Amino acid sequence: MRDDLLVLARDLRVKFTTGVNAVNGVDFDLRQREVLCILGESGSGKSVTLRALMRLNPPTKTIMSGTLELGGRDVVQASENEMSDLRGPFVSMIFQEPMTALDPVFTIGRQITETILRHENISRRKARRRALELLELVQIPSAKRRLDAYPHELSGGLRQRAMIAIALSCRPKLLLADEPTTALDASVQIQILLLLREIQQELGMGMIFVTHDLGVAGEVADRIAVMYAGRFIEEGPVADLMRQPLHPYAKGLLGATVHEGSRGKRLTTIPGAPPDLRDLPGGCAFAPRCTEAEGACLAHLPELRTPVPDRAARCIHVDDRPAAFGERLAS
Amino acid sequence: MLHIDQPEDRGGPAQPLVIARGLAKYFPLKRGLFGSGGAVKAVDGLDLEIKKGETLAIVGESGCGKSTVSRLLMGLIPPTAGEVLFDGELVGSAALPAKEYLRQVQMVFQDSYASLNPRLSIEESIAFPPMVHGLGRTEAVERAHDLLDAVGLAPGLFAGRYPHELSGGQRQRINIARALALRPRLIILDEPVSALDKSVEAQVLNLLMDLKEQFGLTYLFISHDLNVVHHVADRVLVMYLGRAAEIGPVESIFAAPGHPYTRGLLASRLSMDPTKRRKTPPLTGDPPNPVNPPPGCRFNTRCPIAEPVCSNSQPNLAAIGHTIHALGHEAACWALVPGSGHSLATRKVA
Amino acid sequence: MLLYTLRRILYAVPIALAVSLVCFMLVHIAPGDPIDAILPPDASAETVALVRKDYGLDKPLPVQFGLWLAHVVQGDFGRSIANRRLVADELVSAASKTFILATTAASLGFVIGCILGGLAGAFRGTLIDRAAVSFAVGGVSVPHYWLGMVLVIIFSVTLGWLPSMSAGPGDWAWDWLHIRHLILPAITLSVIPAGLVTRTVRGVVVEILSQDFMTTLRGKGLRRLMLTVHVMKNAAPTALAVMGLQLGYLMGGSILVETVFAWPGTGMMLNQAIFQRDIPVLQGTTLVLAMIFVALNLLVDLIQTALDPRMRRT
Ligand SMILES: Nc1ncnc2c1ncn2[C@@H]1O[C@H](COP(=O)(O)OP(=O)(O)OP(=O)(O)O)[C@@H](O)[C@H]1O
Ligand SMILES: Nc1ncnc2c1ncn2[C@@H]1O[C@H](COP(=O)(O)OP(=O)(O)OP(=O)(O)O)[C@@H](O)[C@H]1O
Ligand SMILES: [Mg+2]
Ligand SMILES: [Mg+2]
Repeated sequence: MRDDLLVLARDLRVKFTTGVNAVNGVDFDLRQREVLCILGESGSGKSVTLRALMRLNPPTKTIMSGTLELGGRDVVQASENEMSDLRGPFVSMIFQEPMTALDPVFTIGRQITETILRHENISRRKARRRALELLELVQIPSAKRRLDAYPHELSGGLRQRAMIAIALSCRPKLLLADEPTTALDASVQIQILLLLREIQQELGMGMIFVTHDLGVAGEVADRIAVMYAGRFIEEGPVADLMRQPLHPYAKGLLGATVHEGSRGKRLTTIPGAPPDLRDLPGGCAFAPRCTEAEGACLAHLPELRTPVPDRAARCIHVDDRPAAFGERLAS
Repeated sequence: MLHIDQPEDRGGPAQPLVIARGLAKYFPLKRGLFGSGGAVKAVDGLDLEIKKGETLAIVGESGCGKSTVSRLLMGLIPPTAGEVLFDGELVGSAALPAKEYLRQVQMVFQDSYASLNPRLSIEESIAFPPMVHGLGRTEAVERAHDLLDAVGLAPGLFAGRYPHELSGGQRQRINIARALALRPRLIILDEPVSALDKSVEAQVLNLLMDLKEQFGLTYLFISHDLNVVHHVADRVLVMYLGRAAEIGPVESIFAAPGHPYTRGLLASRLSMDPTKRRKTPPLTGDPPNPVNPPPGCRFNTRCPIAEPVCSNSQPNLAAIGHTIHALGHEAACWALVPGSGHSLATRKVA
Repeated sequence: MLLYTLRRILYAVPIALAVSLVCFMLVHIAPGDPIDAILPPDASAETVALVRKDYGLDKPLPVQFGLWLAHVVQGDFGRSIANRRLVADELVSAASKTFILATTAASLGFVIGCILGGLAGAFRGTLIDRAAVSFAVGGVSVPHYWLGMVLVIIFSVTLGWLPSMSAGPGDWAWDWLHIRHLILPAITLSVIPAGLVTRTVRGVVVEILSQDFMTTLRGKGLRRLMLTVHVMKNAAPTALAVMGLQLGYLMGGSILVETVFAWPGTGMMLNQAIFQRDIPVLQGTTLVLAMIFVALNLLVDLIQTALDPRMRRT
């Protein structure tokens, strides 16, 4: 195995004791300095996948199976202590709602230093100095004063920056971000996206970024994985995928996204609703909503097809032969 | 029997449906025994016209007062100052009593779940407002079924269901159907698609465009998503900290924004093209506190072209368009006012 | 924070005044001449005239209230009808005894409640949870005097381990001689606050554990001990608020327990005063208890504000 591999997931599955099959066989690799965006609709299993990477789903209600390795360490089998040693220095996470994701009765400074002190053997003073540097790194104005601020005293954008600072406090190799800009204004959203990309490059981190907005993925991703009903149904480099998606669902998503050119036109929509995760149909989960569906789609789960190196989709209509793909591109 | 149908057009097509003048809303801060501690100036002197049959969009950052404007227009909160005219009549006057006005203006909110009564079935939810206004039960239910049809939900399948049995997109359709039940002329849509997934958002936007045609509606569309606004709006009002920064036809504003804030906002849109990523954010920082807005132009603390004049006095909306497409395009920026003392303004005049 | 404190104290003044007014009116609500209420029935005519003048009972009511208030502020609550001793002296001794009992019971209840509630919340749905909840329900619903008597029968009568009467010989001291007397009444009295605190803390802990920030904290790799610290600091304001109110009730509401155990506190004093129609004692005790209640509430409010940054104002 190559040693710059941060994440290795093979047939990763997460099931809840409520009967919900949230993640149903996800395969992917993530290397250092790589940014993967997981794109999908509400309920498709994005957050559960992300939390599974840190094993943060509620322990007593979650059944996890398959292979998942973080930097070569087995996450599925690890003890709780081993996991908590990884959280912080190896992998950390940013959440969607910075208001509820920060402890309201502790200062920002304290929430950063406690993480540092947990994982590193340094003095309180040094930890505090590092916290200050972190707030400066995430471009919080008058950082010194903000160390002693409580979360509710900050605006949404500043709170999200503080959240990022906390996540970065032990210089993780892998940063997970769960819709970190969904709750923010467009003008603040772009600030945070640019900041994250800048810091990711500066610190050389790998990043997995969850979003339901193709536009957001376009701003930060190297690769995009489109998720539907707990599976990656398509994966590929960001520019290719946004220019020419392969899977009908990815095409539908692209068509439904309101963008500059869509004024005056009717938006294309995807009919129907996502499947019930407690009772998934056999075969392709998207088939009931798919305009191109045929009998074979429901017979069994389509395999990943790779029309060109580096791109893959789970659809029987995607041609496996690179030559045919080239022809279609040309036409 | 009472007929609840769309009221006739009194003022004719040239009469704006809504005219708001000098609208202001201050929320006093609670400070207990020791006097008042000032107020949140949520809306501070706003003039607004909504023409018949158009979609006017309000855009702006969180907290700039968009929802407050909609609540003022709906009469949900009393204004601190200002008045509203509907089809030429002063709202609350003898010619247009508040109750009659409220029937002609309906609202759809962002939170599709909170705005539906969980204990009423879909059919009852939609039939309820007309029944309150005196329509018989059978007619009201019949109307509810027609409206369910109109919003694309089969009445046979959905009429008897309850809100928790529906998805977010379906609930938002119910809210729209309910808003239509009284045959209003104006519908205020406050972030109607912000909580929805992209694919569902597209369905609801298509539906809104269809219904507008079908029922002869006028929309006030509030959103912070500029792509959505570009898609649906005829005219756009850009608000900043309780005041109008710019207003005009959507094409004109998107092609040639006059106000530096509008430019920043437009540039903040996601590019949808990974090869053309931007390097620096177009707007930095957060909007200032609406309790103590900065003196002069409210944007001057974040404005890339601010000059001393900008913090001295407050600019008002002034026409900036010179072509026929830009008719009615106005912006409140000293850099656009010849002789204001702003260096960019004098250059333009010369 | 200072401004808030001042404001909060200022708010307490009208409440205190209202309470004093009610206490003052006690004398006048009682049927007949207030003098009959203040003085024993066999008082001489001279005494009656003297007291009438001294208390200004010949003056209009508002003036009387002012005079009475002036007396009270100086610690003069008059004399007991039953034993002619100064009410103020009696009160000091009784209130201090009640204070000892109430704070002990409250602390006991608080500690038990926090531990049980915390465990129940952390292990929701398990056997621990169900046991703690049953205890809480039992604690709140079991009658005080009944429990007190059961404890007396077991520990005093049958086993003979602990005394069942009084607060021990002479003045109070924190030695085994006196503490022996405290144990049974304190346990009896602590059951209700323990139950209430268990219930509250359990609810709060469940709520806190379900919050997003707990996931963040786990995601930072924090160990169980640190997580507990976070939960405790978040739960503290609510738990303290419940406890403060309970302490207030305990200060006044221990009549039954004090009577069962013959604990010479304000509760017992009130009980006797009621039966002997000893109005000055009644008046003084009620007033002092009410003031303590107001003061405790104020204190709880301030502590809560100090603990919860979201409630802090400039
Ligand atoms: N702790 C849990 N217990 C039971 N079911 C859960 C739990 N967490 C998530 N689920 C279910 O798993 C499915 C996937 O949820 P997930 O949160 O991953 O969706 P998502 O893609 O992140 O959606 P969103 O965009 O709304 O955040 C949903 O059906 C959800 O109800
Ligand atoms: N009832 C209220 N009491 C006090 N302040 C209020 C009240 N309602 C709104 N405000 C304040 O008024 C300002 C404008 O609020 P408003 O809800 O109109 O903003 P908005 O533009 O709709 O923002 P968003 O995009 O977040 O919905 C904000 O600063 C808000 O905090
Ligand atoms: Mg999610
Ligand atoms: Mg709003």
